[in-house]
Amino acid sequence: MKLPATLHAWLEQHARAAISTLGGLRLRLASSLMTTAVIGIALALPAGFLLLVDNLEAATANQNGTPQASAFLQADLGIDQQRDIANQIQALAGVTEVEHITPEVALSEFQRRSGMQETLALLEDNPLPPVVVAQLESGLSGVDADALVKALEAIAAVEEVRLDRVWLERLDALMQLANRGSGLIALLLGLTVILVVGNTIRLDIENRRAEIEITKLIGGTDAFVRRPFLYTGMWYGLIGGSLAALLLIISVFILTGPSSRLASLYESNFEPMGPGLSGTLTLLGCGVLLGLLGAALAVGRHLAAIEPR
Amino acid sequence: MIRFDSVTKRYPGGNEALRGLDLHIERGEMVFITGASGAGKSTFLRMIPLLERPSYGSVMIDGVNLQRLRRGRVPFLRRRVGMIFQDHRLLHDRSVFDNVALPLVIAGRQHADVGRRVRAALDKVGLLHKEKASPVTLSGGEQQRVGIARAVVTRPPVILADEPTGNLDPALSEEIMALFEQFNQVGVTTVIASHDHALIERLGHRRIHLEEGRVA
Repeated sequence: MKLPATLHAWLEQHARAAISTLGGLRLRLASSLMTTAVIGIALALPAGFLLLVDNLEAATANQNGTPQASAFLQADLGIDQQRDIANQIQALAGVTEVEHITPEVALSEFQRRSGMQETLALLEDNPLPPVVVAQLESGLSGVDADALVKALEAIAAVEEVRLDRVWLERLDALMQLANRGSGLIALLLGLTVILVVGNTIRLDIENRRAEIEITKLIGGTDAFVRRPFLYTGMWYGLIGGSLAALLLIISVFILTGPSSRLASLYESNFEPMGPGLSGTLTLLGCGVLLGLLGAALAVGRHLAAIEPR
Repeated sequence: MIRFDSVTKRYPGGNEALRGLDLHIERGEMVFITGASGAGKSTFLRMIPLLERPSYGSVMIDGVNLQRLRRGRVPFLRRRVGMIFQDHRLLHDRSVFDNVALPLVIAGRQHADVGRRVRAALDKVGLLHKEKASPVTLSGGEQQRVGIARAVVTRPPVILADEPTGNLDPALSEEIMALFEQFNQVGVTTVIASHDHALIERLGHRRIHLEEGRVA
């Protein structure tokens, strides 16, 4: 394919700037590594927090997200009466679905999960009451939920009502707090990346003053002079972003063992997720964007001030 | 090609480098600018690629009034004016080849073209065998010739040289001047500021003598 000459020249100039700035970073390996490490850590911290929140959300998602109310019935009810009550509860406003758990089902479930078969087998009769678990409409207001609890308690055969909405709400609030907090941290550390790159580029501009002057002297446009510094900023961001993704993947790998153990203690088969492809790409994209922004800031402030003598 | 109409340059602090300079240099001319230090030779040269702007008066280059030149067009003016400095102004962290290639890279010439032109320019100044050397390893005369190669590599219509032989011995100075004459013979307008009167007399080109910012 033959490209038009101007496009070809433009591409060649960009390729040249991209490659030569990467070479420049390699020449100053120690200082480049330190700068990218700072950027990498600054990006990895908020990304890590966000990942943690995502993981917590995933871990608690099997709670179905919607609140539920458990109505414990009198133990001596016959199976038909239990079904009547289940239907009665199903008919209440705010209830989407009910699950009727007979004492037999509850016992076998309990035996299966708790691993106390022998002990439970010693019991003469089943100590567990029949339960009707009602799934409530998600987003049920506090007043409506209270009314519903009252309605449940008003049913004669219902001994006790337990609403597990409270802890879900607390968890939800906690998650929102963590999310907001991570956003705040991300904002501050993003600013840090911009400042670190900006300052590094500023020093770079200072060191290459003679080169900039001579380039302007022999007809280099502002865009030409700016280009290598913007590419340097981009490389810092890209390499820093890759480093951050690597840090996250390693952290998740290290935490997988203990977290699986914790999950198994909660009878969940939850496995922590890493950043994944989209997370990694987002991280790289953020790195590039922040690096470019920092470089653009430094270039805008300092390059115009250098005019050939 | 180069026309100055009553150009005055006043620096902050009141020092006047040029005082109503009127001057016209034809296309393809070779001109020496002479005069004592402080007579305004450098200021005159530096106004042509807009390294300085006049306080009053107008400068026309190739029919373009520099006062009306937008800031964004200044680099393109500078590409058409090859400038040579007494202190060479080379980049010391790059090879001779890369120094000479810089104007072509800036102009966005294609890779193959760059190599060919750089070698042609280095050949012209007799430094083809030094293309990989670092400028610091070269003698003053050689560095000056690298500077000349860089100025002519894009084949600009105008070459300006500010004291190009200032630090060189007479034999080297003569060599450098011979190079300028060769460029002039192919039609390049050549303006050289110098105080090497003996050499200038011998070459016998037009001579403009400046005194206190005016043509004497």
